[in-house]
Amino acid sequence: MQRFVLIAVPYVWLLALFMVPFAIVFKISLSDIALAIPPYTPTLDDGFAAFFAGLDFENFAFLASDDLYWKAYLSSLQIAVLSTAMTLCVAYPIAYGMARAPEEWRPTLMMLVILPFWTSFLIRVYAWIGILSTEGFLNQFLLWTGIISDPLTILNTNAAVYIGIVYTYLPFMILPIYAALDRLDGSLIEAAEDLGCSRFQAFWLVTIPLSKNGIIAGCFLVFIPALGEFVIPTLLGGSDTLMIGKVLWEEFFNNRDWPVASAVAVILLLILIIPIVLFQRNQQRQAEEEA
Amino acid sequence: MNQSVFSPWNDPTQEPLIRFKSVTKRFGDFTAIDDLTLDIFEQEFFALLGPSGCGKTTMMRMLAGFETPTSGVIELAGKDIAPTPPNKRAVNMMFQSYALFPHLSVYENIAFGLRRANMPKVDLDNRVAEMLKLTRLEKFARRKPHQISGGQRQRVALARSLAKAPKLLLLDEPLGALDAKLRQATQFELMDIQEKTGTTFVIVTHDQEEAMTVASRVAVMDEGRIMQVETPERIYEAPNSLYVADFIGEVNIISGQARAIGDDRYAVDWAEGQPPFTAVSSKPFSDGQTCYLALRPEKVSISADRPEDAENAVQGKILDIAYLGNLSTYHVEIPGGLVIKAQAANTRRISRRTYTWEDNVWLSWTPTAGVLLEV
Repeated sequence: MQRFVLIAVPYVWLLALFMVPFAIVFKISLSDIALAIPPYTPTLDDGFAAFFAGLDFENFAFLASDDLYWKAYLSSLQIAVLSTAMTLCVAYPIAYGMARAPEEWRPTLMMLVILPFWTSFLIRVYAWIGILSTEGFLNQFLLWTGIISDPLTILNTNAAVYIGIVYTYLPFMILPIYAALDRLDGSLIEAAEDLGCSRFQAFWLVTIPLSKNGIIAGCFLVFIPALGEFVIPTLLGGSDTLMIGKVLWEEFFNNRDWPVASAVAVILLLILIIPIVLFQRNQQRQAEEEA
Repeated sequence: MNQSVFSPWNDPTQEPLIRFKSVTKRFGDFTAIDDLTLDIFEQEFFALLGPSGCGKTTMMRMLAGFETPTSGVIELAGKDIAPTPPNKRAVNMMFQSYALFPHLSVYENIAFGLRRANMPKVDLDNRVAEMLKLTRLEKFARRKPHQISGGQRQRVALARSLAKAPKLLLLDEPLGALDAKLRQATQFELMDIQEKTGTTFVIVTHDQEEAMTVASRVAVMDEGRIMQVETPERIYEAPNSLYVADFIGEVNIISGQARAIGDDRYAVDWAEGQPPFTAVSSKPFSDGQTCYLALRPEKVSISADRPEDAENAVQGKILDIAYLGNLSTYHVEIPGGLVIKAQAANTRRISRRTYTWEDNVWLSWTPTAGVLLEV
């Protein structure tokens, strides 16, 4: 009985906070738009028979027919994949440096990585507007040093979106890689060198494979939220920045087309299930290896 | 000189494989190695023995190339090795933690160094198979390091470091992680493998028994200096200092004043009103010089009556008996309050032991049994 209660707690939690809302969203995605409150039909007030008769896959068919949507999905995928790769390139050296720093420095370095979380995410993204805009700090600095003579247009382009995503999700990449590198036994690198590896070969053949799980975990932690990212493309991106999170927002709040917006959300979730399952499997395998 | 005995260190025509020439290594203020000079010869099984922090691991890491001497020169086969990075040295190391690559199979671990040397596939397969056979690991080739036992891991580490047929193999506390039984078996295995491959082995250990068992010569170290380099028998029988005598095995130290009585023989006055002990020493002592007689417990015989022909005999009372199974160590208090340890084989069952606590017994030893030391 006690065991049942223990298991029931997380399941009730999942059911109430994930399955039920998802069921509602899924139901709306099968409905039709209506000028009413709520802005779709049918609702349960119409009676069971009419309710089920009113549900169809029309919205999904619409998503497939309008190329805006699949272009937005593809563009989101592209931005998420590229920014994940860029985050990895920035995070790995930082994590490596942290793991090799003197023992007494590490808590401070860790603190510096986590510190940005103390400020609201929204404010930090706004701060980037101040940095990247035509009159922003970056352009002023570059003009002052004389590297450029005309200000660069960075804000409201995809470049700004990449910068924003890399900046925002950097800690999520650094921390798992750092955890993996921190556990790495230094004598393994010495052994590799002793057996004829150059520094770079030892890094490539020993350090990278042994931090693989950290890299995979970090990549998923960045890729999954980046795919559905809405705030960064809205604030930093331009009119040609096409991301599914932004499309979703516009469908809900500008077009007030809840059924189509829900269909977009359902597809997005289905796309995300694949990496989430892969991520879970990686975590599980890692746990098994450590056992 | 007897040619059948392996002793290149006594042959002045032999060129040493490794030569430390007044090597000093400092870490900040700390001097790990202090002006150290040492020759190690080909095919030797050389042990660096000392307490932790004596600099033995630093010496090994300098040979492997992970540290460079602050001053002085280390030569390998006549060439200064300081400019050669670790990956270019014909030296391999077996790490204390084994440092096996956890993501690679036993086979790939052993093949690791060979692959870096771009060995052709066929040769590589043969070499790895040879190593697996040498270390009796054929059955485990496909396993990962975490799927085999500690003793097997130790053998993988050995096979991996031997695979490239190095001129010199360094072993950093190679048996430290094994339990006592397995350690003994592995010591003989190590000697066997060293003999078969003819590789020069340098082993670092703090376990004097291990050093004595495996090594052709032992260097006893303390605080960055070498106290004595000798064969295990000589280290044990003829230590050159109190430190070495005390570090290796059990020893009784009797201090006194030396007095020459001819033929390298000295009388040692060790207590007022007691007849002096006689000791033989090739090292000269001046009359009245303070000296220390180092005496191994097993060289002291114990008897109920004074042995007739004994040159050194003293009566005392048994304070304590340490029963070790095959041996018993008797702690005997002699006049002046000094406690001498004497060891005797337990040839009879314990219930029939001849002596017990509080018995008055005689201790005796020959003049050549002990070593006379200055400090």
